[in-house]
Formats: sequence, structure tokens, C-alpha cells
Amino acid sequence: MRKLSTRRRHPLAGIVVMLLALGVVGGVYSVVAPEPAKAETVSAQDVKAGRQLFLIGCASCHGKNASGIETKRGGNYGPSLIGVGAAAVDFQVGTGRMPMAKSAPQAPVKDPEYTAEETKQLAAYIATLGPGPAIPDDEYTDISGKSARQISEGGEFFRTNCTACHNSVGAGGALPGGKYAPKLDGVSAKHIAEAMMTGPQQMPVFSDDVITPEDKSNIIAYIKAVQDQPNYGGMAGGGLGPVSEGLFTWIIGIGGLLIAAIWIGAHGARVKKK
Amino acid sequence: MSDELDRLPDTEPVKDPGLPEHQYRPSDVDEAQATRAERQISGMFTVATLLLIGFCVAYIMIDKDQTFLGWSAMNFTLGATLGGAMLLMGVGIIQWAKKLMGDHEMVELRHPAGSTAEDRVDTLKDLNDGINESGFGRRPLIRRTLFLSMGALALPTVILLRDMGPLPYGHKNTVWKKGMRVVNDVAGTPIKPSDLQVGQLVNAEPAIMYETDEDGHPVLHGTELLQEKSKAAVIVVRMRPEDISPAKGRENWGVDGILCYSKICTHVGCPISLWEQQTHHLLCPCHQSTFDLADNGKVVFGPAHRPLPQLPLAVDADGYLIAVSDFTEIVAPSYPELARDQKRLDDKS
Repeated sequence: MRKLSTRRRHPLAGIVVMLLALGVVGGVYSVVAPEPAKAETVSAQDVKAGRQLFLIGCASCHGKNASGIETKRGGNYGPSLIGVGAAAVDFQVGTGRMPMAKSAPQAPVKDPEYTAEETKQLAAYIATLGPGPAIPDDEYTDISGKSARQISEGGEFFRTNCTACHNSVGAGGALPGGKYAPKLDGVSAKHIAEAMMTGPQQMPVFSDDVITPEDKSNIIAYIKAVQDQPNYGGMAGGGLGPVSEGLFTWIIGIGGLLIAAIWIGAHGARVKKK
Repeated sequence: MSDELDRLPDTEPVKDPGLPEHQYRPSDVDEAQATRAERQISGMFTVATLLLIGFCVAYIMIDKDQTFLGWSAMNFTLGATLGGAMLLMGVGIIQWAKKLMGDHEMVELRHPAGSTAEDRVDTLKDLNDGINESGFGRRPLIRRTLFLSMGALALPTVILLRDMGPLPYGHKNTVWKKGMRVVNDVAGTPIKPSDLQVGQLVNAEPAIMYETDEDGHPVLHGTELLQEKSKAAVIVVRMRPEDISPAKGRENWGVDGILCYSKICTHVGCPISLWEQQTHHLLCPCHQSTFDLADNGKVVFGPAHRPLPQLPLAVDADGYLIAVSDFTEIVAPSYPELARDQKRLDDKS
């Protein structure tokens, strides 16, 4: 150490220290710095592969050119996909809603049929058919640094625009004709953002011009914050509200107590002995 | 009245079979069983006591933010200890009653429910004495004015009930007026037709809800804001223009397939925004009234009786959506004088 300190006044000492400092800063930065958001790269290969997948798995309903197939009565056998954008494909295929297993009022969530790679290829192909919303990036889905104020603002938007169908804690609800608004528990931030942008099935569109990307990410942050809350009241019973909970209490709860009371009254050991 | 018992016939038509032979419980005939039951029961009471002490300890010791299986650790422990203690006490008492308390059949004859004749005479006499002494029968003026004041007691109730909220239609319908911008609810931002895609829904409010006066105070605030909001809230939807079939006189109420409807259900006034973009149906969550927004808000299902009021839209010089006028139909749940008030509204415009 003595040797090092004796050279501290050397003319090159300043330069050496500075180089060392730069090296340390650069090294630390490369470890700590967040990876730059990579734009989803889509190649011509993906589009071609996506078209092949489309022709095999989707064209029977949506038509060979994805322009939809009309029924004789003027309805849609499968709607046109021109201009729905990559976001719609990523949502419908990524959540397993498409391809539909059978004709029904609503396509339910199920395990995805296509891999992430195949979903990306399908989305790439559909995106080439016409301009539409792209798969949302971190601007929509990154909710890590949200403040309490932003979350409560997201809550205001959620209560104004979403609770009518999805319930105040996102537990979902019924719609006419066998349709329903699904529960939002366990839905990824990306899929929530895509649903708002594209308006899948009966859900209305909430475009970026009206509900801005920041509002959307605040809404997602609120949904996640509500779901991550510890349940201070014990079992939530699905969060479906007082009617279903009351029904459960009256029929299962009080009914169960009655049965228990009758059972207690009817039973008791007796012996023949005197 | 003891004479009622005497009137029972001495011989009954069906012979009384008497009680079946008494069967003893294990604890009645075996002292060891009884001791065991005693120990069981006192054991339950003791554990209940320990649980109640555990309740106090948990209340003091457990941090309120701690969680257990996703539940609040404190609430879980408090519930488990208190519930467990009460359950053990209950089970203990039942065991006590079933195993150790007296166990012999008892016969209790039913007695007539009425009072004895003497009691009835005495009661009537007391009542009549009271009436006579108060002069209730002799002084009709006092009696009548007492009844009058008791009747008048209902008046404050009626007056207070009438003032519980604004009448559906007072001097004006809603705060919407010619040229007022339609703004996004919560954000308060004005809306351009190009912001809306086909299938879009916007929960909107009149711009006055977000306006401030020269001192920077909101124009509407407090109760007034809430009351106006409860009548003026609207939804803006965009459909393909060819899907819409406007009624006569409403052809120019929309902008490129963008229509604006009241958010207040015409049945009992719930806010509605459950819009199905493919069927163009708007469903009220309270009683399932369904309105077809592509067909002038017509009722297609449910208890609502009137179509949903529509707000005529236009675009101002800056390209933002504005109202052309106030609603031409009364925005409110249905009420008895609605037809009269609608006529007054029609006369004014």
C-alpha cells in the first residue's frame, strides 16, 4: 500500500484513476441497467409461417383471405380479421379463446392450442392484412413503479368503465343470452391491455385516444393491487356480492346448522342394561 | 280455568298406551362412563378457556399486516380461537345435557291459554275506571284534538320524505344545453369523433362537471354536483352507420355512427353501461331491462317502459363532440306524474 500511495502524485495518476473509475461505473451499469425494451421483431418468415397456420387452423371459419364468412341469414360464421391487428390475435389465441371448440354464445378461456411462437406468427400474418392495434409494450403493462395515487386513479377509471360488467373487484358477471363478462383474476397485464384496445367479443373498445395508455396501465395496476390485497375478511366466496353470499349463508350455512341440530337431537347412546 | 280440565271425559275413545319403557344411557348405569364423560366435558371447557386466552395473546402480539395463506393472520387467529372456544363450549354443554343431566320422561298437560274469569273482570274494571277518571269519554273536545294532533304527526314525515331528493323533473331536465362539450368521465377530456372506433364505449359527462369559475372554484360541487351528475351522466357509443335505424327527426342526432344516450335506466334509475358491442344492446344490471341503442334506445326486454333518452350530438368548430340541446325526454326513473312533466317539457321547447 505504501508503494501505491508514494506514486499518487505521478503525472499519470489522475488518468489512471479516471480510467479505473470509468471501468467500474461502466461495469456496474451493464449489470444493473434494465435491458432496453426490444421491439417485437417480426420477420417475413413469421408472416409466411403464420399464413400457413391460418390456412390450416382458422380459414374454415374466417375465410381463406381472413375476410370472414357470411351465413345465409347475413350473420357472421367467422368475422373478418382484416384490420383487427396483432393485439386481437395475441389476445384471442393467447388466452385459448380461439380456435373455438364449438359454436356457443361466447368463446370461453381454455388452454391455448398454439405455442407462443405460433401465436406470434399468426399475429404477424394478421397484422399484415390491415392496420390495427399492435401487441402492447411496457408502456401499457409495466406497473412496477405505480404510486398509490396512480393506482387509485386507475381505480376511478375501473369503477367508471369496467365494473358495470366485470364487478367492482373484477370477479366478472352475467350478460344476456348465455354470455358473460369473465373474471379478471389471473389475467396477465398484456391480455387486459389487449382486451381494452381491441374489444373482444361483446366487450366495447376503449381506444387509446379516450383511455390513454397511462390510464390503461393505471387500471391494470389497480386490478393487480386489488387482487394482491390480503383478504382481511377471510374467504371471499368469489367476491360475487351480497346476494350470492346471502344465498349461500341462508341455504348452506343455516340449513347445515339445522341439519346438525336435528342430528344432535336424534342421536344418543342407549343401553338395555338397567 | 280448572273447570276445563274437569270437563275432560273420563274414558277416552283410544286407550292411552302409556310411555314406552325407559332406556338408560351408558353413563346412567356405568359410573366409569359417567366419570369419563365428566372429564371429557370439563376438558372441552378448559381448552375453550385456553383458546380465549390465546385470543387475547393473538390480539396483542400479531402484527395486523401479517398474512397467513393470503388471509390476515390476525383475523384468522382471532376467528379460529374465538370460534373454537365457542364451539367447544357448545359441544361441551350438549354433551353435558345428553350424558349427565337428568334423563327421565316428563308429562306436562296442556293448560288453557286464557286468563281466569276473575282476572278478566278485574282488568276490564281497571280499564273502565281509568277511562272514567281521565274523562276521556265525557270531554269529547280533548279526545278529538288528541286524535287530530296524532294525525298531524304524519305531516312532518310526508314533508321530509318529499324532500329526500330532487324531484325527477323540477325547473329543468338536466344540465346539458346547446354547445356543451361531451367529456370523458374521470379524465374530463373532450372527445373527437376520430378518437372513437366502431364498437367503442365512452362513459361521459357534460363539460360543466369539470369547469371552474374565474376564482378557480368548480362551477358545480358538493350535493349539487352529485345531483346533476345523477341525471346528466351519458354513454357515447360508436356503431357502423348502416346498422343504425334512426327514428323520424333523429337522422342527424349522431355523428358518423356515434350516438349518445342517457346512462339512467328509465325503469328505476340505475346507471347502465353494460354495452354489448356486437348486438348493440345495453343491459341494466338491476332488473335486466335491455335497450337497443341501434334502434333509438327501444326497450327489447325487461320491466322498463320507456326508451332510453337520446342526446342529439354535433361537432363544434374545434372538432369536439357537443350536445345540440338538452334531452328532449325526461331523464329519470318512471314516476306517476311523468306524462304531465313530459308535456311541460315539450311545451317549453
